[in-house]
Amino acid sequence: MPRSEMPASIQRRSAQHTLRIICPNGHLGFAPIKTGSFCIGCESEPDLICADSGSCDVGPVPLGADISSSPRQWQVDDLETMLLASRRLGVPMIVGSAGDTGSNSRVDLFVGIVRDLAEKHRLPRFRVGYFYSEVGKDELRRRIAIGDTVAGLDGRPPLDIATLEATGRVVAMAGIHPYIKLLDAGADVIIGGRSSDCAIFAAPAIRRGFPPGLAYFFGKVLECASFCAEPYGGKESVLGEITMDDVKVTAMLPEQRCTIASVAGHAMYERANPFYEHFLGGHIDMSGCHYEQYDERTVRVTGPKYVPASELRVKLEGAGKIGERYVGILGVRDPYTIANIDLVTAWARQQVRERFGEQGYELHFTVYGRDAILGDREPLKAEPGHELGVVVQGVAPTKAMAEEVCMIATRQMFYARLPEVKGTAGGVAFLLDEVMPASPAYRWTLNHTMRLEDPLELFPTFIAEAGV
Amino acid sequence: MLSRKLSEIAKTIRSKNAGVDKITFDVIFPNQATYERVCKSGVLSRAAVCRIFGIDAAQITDHVEFDPALAIKFTVYRRVPSGSPGDADVFGSQQYGPLLDIDVPGG
Repeated sequence: MPRSEMPASIQRRSAQHTLRIICPNGHLGFAPIKTGSFCIGCESEPDLICADSGSCDVGPVPLGADISSSPRQWQVDDLETMLLASRRLGVPMIVGSAGDTGSNSRVDLFVGIVRDLAEKHRLPRFRVGYFYSEVGKDELRRRIAIGDTVAGLDGRPPLDIATLEATGRVVAMAGIHPYIKLLDAGADVIIGGRSSDCAIFAAPAIRRGFPPGLAYFFGKVLECASFCAEPYGGKESVLGEITMDDVKVTAMLPEQRCTIASVAGHAMYERANPFYEHFLGGHIDMSGCHYEQYDERTVRVTGPKYVPASELRVKLEGAGKIGERYVGILGVRDPYTIANIDLVTAWARQQVRERFGEQGYELHFTVYGRDAILGDREPLKAEPGHELGVVVQGVAPTKAMAEEVCMIATRQMFYARLPEVKGTAGGVAFLLDEVMPASPAYRWTLNHTMRLEDPLELFPTFIAEAGV
Repeated sequence: MLSRKLSEIAKTIRSKNAGVDKITFDVIFPNQATYERVCKSGVLSRAAVCRIFGIDAAQITDHVEFDPALAIKFTVYRRVPSGSPGDADVFGSQQYGPLLDIDVPGG
């Protein structure tokens, strides 16, 4: 869309003192940036281009195994789109929670990609700032030893030594502080370790003197890009503008609009409570937020309040390995077997028990067509479908044992002994008569908070050069 | 009394992780009248949510009527942390299924 057709609000700044940020993607590297709306955004005088790259939605495997959940090339593509625009416009670019987890290796990966891209495109020299977020287990052990409680969130007990020893890697959730420090140091590009989504956007706004309540809300509303617009469509760019009095957010895709319903609806997305957003240093109270339709594609928000924390506590995320994992897949069509599927899995479990005993491994049967997704909470669990699919997972300390646990359970479902079954040539249907290696099994071991003296103490910052 | 299914009158019915230990549900309505009718009907009250999913009240961590978004929102603890072996909904994104067919009186 030519600029002349865009609403006046995104061509002309609404006040003297404003800051504009384009967010092209709510989870950079996870699914590609849609470049059409991003180009429109880049013509709307952004002061920064920012995106979050992290999520604990991808489960504990990436943090535990220190990998990303998507191919490297997808990360390269998104970073290239942002970097070229940022350097062409001469505005800073910030990416938070690099590579899904924000672990040190993911920060190094993203910094390396940025430097490679700068070389590839012969970009004039610029400064790359970055910071780490990992927390050493020794530090946590020390806290436990001196009684400085590492408190559990969401009903978890305080961290104990056994849980810590079962943990492979821990990251802490940074606030605005390392971002502000790196902007102060003249960084043109910032690659952040694990950090609160909203801090990526709030940091430049607070640094420029905007009120923290509005600044954190600014981050809250922008961090998922077009998830705050309608109709539904991810990975499209949105433009946010903050002034001393309000936050405005505009959909950049011509087919999308930000509406009161879409922006307010997003305020509650993927959080337990729509009124509060917590981060290192405090929280915002959104219960007094007022939403108004500013123009056909822009919503204006006033009224979020910043509440500083009485004690600095940083959120920790940790993952630990349970074991190696194999997966088997099979189906059932016989109605009698379907009605007695729990007897079939019990038989298979018993065969594993006879080989390996009661402990030292995990065995899971996920019964699709009955209650795979909701488990005990499935209201229709007594009404299974005419076919069932069963996924068998065996988890054990070694690959060989995991394979055997999974293979015994999968194959013994074939041989299960049901008293009145008609089909005596095999009780289940195999998709493959084999079991398949899967990623090792991990679990979230830490969802905790730890006291800090200084909001920067866990987040060392660095500046490097890139370009030619 | 005439009734309609929640899926026929709600704009959005969704579930999603809220951190690694909780799943949050959002039911968003297209207009104020429908929103208020469903709030008053009690079909998504704490007690109703417990009944639908067969859980104790203590499993519900938050339950809010969120006027700006015309939404009823509630959050429950997960059975196990997201992505633990045996968890078959890593994002928590398919837990809303049982809400679709709820009958809303006078819907």
